[in-house]
Amino acid sequence: MNNQASNASGGAPAKRTIDIVNASLKRRYAAEKRFRFLGVGAVILGLLFVAILFADIIGKGYTAFEQTYIQLPIDFSPEVIDPVGSRERDTLSRANYQKLVRDALKAQFPKVTGRGDTRELYRLMSPGAPQQLRDMVMADTGLIGTTADVWLLANDDIDMLVKGHIDRDVSEVGRRVKNQTIGWVDILVEKGMLEKRFNTVFFTNGASREPELAGIAGALVGSVYTLLLTLLFSFPIAVGSALYLEEFAPKNKWTDLIEVNINNLAAVPSIVFGLLGLAVFINFFGVPRSTPLVGALVLTLMTLPTIIIASRAALKSVPPSIREAALGVGASPLQTQFHHVLPLAMPGMLTGTIIGMAQALGETAPLLMIGMIAFIVDVPGGVTDPATVLPVQIYLWADSPERGFVERTSAAIMVLLAFLIVMNLTAVLLRKKFERRW
Amino acid sequence: MQSSVLLFVLLGAMALAYHFGRKRAVAVAGGVTQIKTLHSLPVYYGFYAALWAGLPALLLLGFWVGFQDSIVTSLMKAELPAQMTAGLSEGQIGLLLNDIKNLATGNIVSSEVTPELRAAADNYSRLQNLANIALWVLALAVAVGGLSFAWNMTTPKLRARNRVESTVMVILVVFSSIAILTTLGIVLSVVFESILFFQKVSLSEFFFGTKWSPQIALRADQVGASGAFGAVPLFTGTLLVSLLAMLIAVPIGLMAAIYLSEYAPREVRSIAKPVLEVLAGVPTVVYGFFAALTVAPFIRDLGASMGLDVSSESALAAGFVMGIMIIPFVSSLSDDVINAVPQSMRDGSYALGATQSETVKRVIFPAALPGIVGGVLLAVSRAIGETMIVVMAAGMSANLTWNPLEAVTTVTVQIVTLLTGDQEFDSPKTLAAFALGLTLFVVTLILNVIALHIVRKYREQYE
Repeated sequence: MNNQASNASGGAPAKRTIDIVNASLKRRYAAEKRFRFLGVGAVILGLLFVAILFADIIGKGYTAFEQTYIQLPIDFSPEVIDPVGSRERDTLSRANYQKLVRDALKAQFPKVTGRGDTRELYRLMSPGAPQQLRDMVMADTGLIGTTADVWLLANDDIDMLVKGHIDRDVSEVGRRVKNQTIGWVDILVEKGMLEKRFNTVFFTNGASREPELAGIAGALVGSVYTLLLTLLFSFPIAVGSALYLEEFAPKNKWTDLIEVNINNLAAVPSIVFGLLGLAVFINFFGVPRSTPLVGALVLTLMTLPTIIIASRAALKSVPPSIREAALGVGASPLQTQFHHVLPLAMPGMLTGTIIGMAQALGETAPLLMIGMIAFIVDVPGGVTDPATVLPVQIYLWADSPERGFVERTSAAIMVLLAFLIVMNLTAVLLRKKFERRW
Repeated sequence: MQSSVLLFVLLGAMALAYHFGRKRAVAVAGGVTQIKTLHSLPVYYGFYAALWAGLPALLLLGFWVGFQDSIVTSLMKAELPAQMTAGLSEGQIGLLLNDIKNLATGNIVSSEVTPELRAAADNYSRLQNLANIALWVLALAVAVGGLSFAWNMTTPKLRARNRVESTVMVILVVFSSIAILTTLGIVLSVVFESILFFQKVSLSEFFFGTKWSPQIALRADQVGASGAFGAVPLFTGTLLVSLLAMLIAVPIGLMAAIYLSEYAPREVRSIAKPVLEVLAGVPTVVYGFFAALTVAPFIRDLGASMGLDVSSESALAAGFVMGIMIIPFVSSLSDDVINAVPQSMRDGSYALGATQSETVKRVIFPAALPGIVGGVLLAVSRAIGETMIVVMAAGMSANLTWNPLEAVTTVTVQIVTLLTGDQEFDSPKTLAAFALGLTLFVVTLILNVIALHIVRKYREQYE
């Protein structure tokens, strides 16, 4: 109407709103496109980070599942192992197995002479090789006096060379493996006496300063103990407090305080829980340091808020009609909860618990505070033995200078991630299977 | 471990007591056909007996285990011959006691084994044995006593269910107050140690000093050990790394959340969202490894090729990787609040002719802003408290700098370094870790309280 009026008055035709809109459309659509492009870009960038992270870890770590072995014809000479012939365990375990390895090496390369060169030659083998022979002889004394071809662990430098992590083209001065040694390795490869085999050591050994002897068994057992105890402590406590707060607690200042508390605890940095563990559990109550027990206590306090919040959500999703029906037929409030509500909420609670346990399994910082960082070679035998856990082992290995530890660290990370993925998938499946719409 | 055996024995005793209690209830009722004369079902009499047999003994066990060592130690200390402790400081006595304990358990002893030391060790073992035996006898006596009490109490009139239920209620209340006790424990432990620290180092030096060098000189002429506790470089380092992390995480996380909730087709959303959340489930030590061995060398080489001097442990590497870690955190929180904006507001905006991006920018974003701010604050508090990435990738040197290409150190890194070496508990060096922990706790607590408050308030707005 307005437009027509102004036209009729004879002035210049004023712009109609639709024209202004049309004129701006191109710019607005371009902005729309740009915005959408930014969104897609952000998602793709995020996914790219996931891909790079996993590709990097797997690319660095997959070689650790194979280990270089060298085959040597070992002469289990009685003179070296058991000159008296008593076959006593003590004599057998103390014998000089290193000499067996060295003699076999010398026999392979008879031309090597001179102190420096022979020492280089001996360094082909891992310091763990004599130990391997000892274990063989201890297991079967019949070996003594025979000659057998034995696959023995190669040194980590050789392992790295064979896997291509040590560049042969670099000048000899800046290389860990000398030209002479590379020549020996090539001869061994040619003769078929050097090959890569599946790395069982990685799964059966505890920690070690030598990369080729280092394994995750100790850390894995430590993690299992810690996690089991954490589960044992945190699940009943979390379910109990969720039950009380959600179903029984009167609405007053005290329960409000508890609520705010739990929400805040969920966001407290994990390292603060480590300080708590150090000051309260270790220094005040005298729980032994570095043990799965104290680790589990700290992790329990850390995972409690997660599990409580999930359990409360699970309880909330059970419809009130269930409770009313149970109360209606004469069940006591506790019977109602334990016989009817809890079983229905259990899948949700378990999902929350598994997620909390996954969190606990990957946690490192608070465990450093309570001494689980100690270098422990033995596989722990109980919850009060000093132990370390998988993430801490990863941290320790990542700090080690030897090149061989890089792939071990990545491999340990792969094992850890595998466990986490299994746990999270279980949680997802559990939720899918038992999820119920009322 | 003896007390764990006792624990299992007591649990076994509880199972037995349950069985006996049930049997007894049926017997006093006069057979299975007569249980209608009982007040409660027979199982409740079983639980009643089990609680009486188990609970007091378990409580006793808990207290005993908690205090046995300190009591035995003080007893042993009191019986030490006077010439052994004469002229020794508190710390030296502690060492002596440690030696005695090590000798008693057959470990390596630091000093020479004198006859007096040997006698003290024997005395210690004797007291420990005595305490262990006393614990077993007492605990079992309490368990048997409880069971026999329950046995005598069991009559058809006993309101067993009510008693059991009220006990269970008490247990539930105790469980739910553990959260409070945890907070209390955190506060008390860091506050006490911090007070000790601030008696040795002044508040103003800690909060405003610009030199951090916690090594205390053992000799007067030692190099690099001045014992300075100015925490400003740590605060700036923490802020720098967190800032870098937020610069990565907030734009990417926010845009990803907007795209996934407003634009993406259902299939894309159902795949991309969980894959992004994988980033949240990766342990931080893995990110630390990634930052130290992949990202840091990459940034260093990149800088070198552009003629920049980048240190091999740089704030940039740590901040960048921390940003990646926080992306899913920001995106899932923003996603929640964006989804909580009512559809009617979108429809209104579309009806006025706005494009989708205009709707997002002018309607949804302002409506969701408080929630997003809350989420970002939570993310900041996470970045400040993050430990492993910075420990592995940011370095130890306390540089007071805003240059992201240099190595910096953070509050969390210093807590870890101060507490993982050999420690004596009352030196300012270890106490400093607790003062830093207190600062960290207070700052993150304030951030969390504000953030949770904003998020909750915002949620109520549209409900």
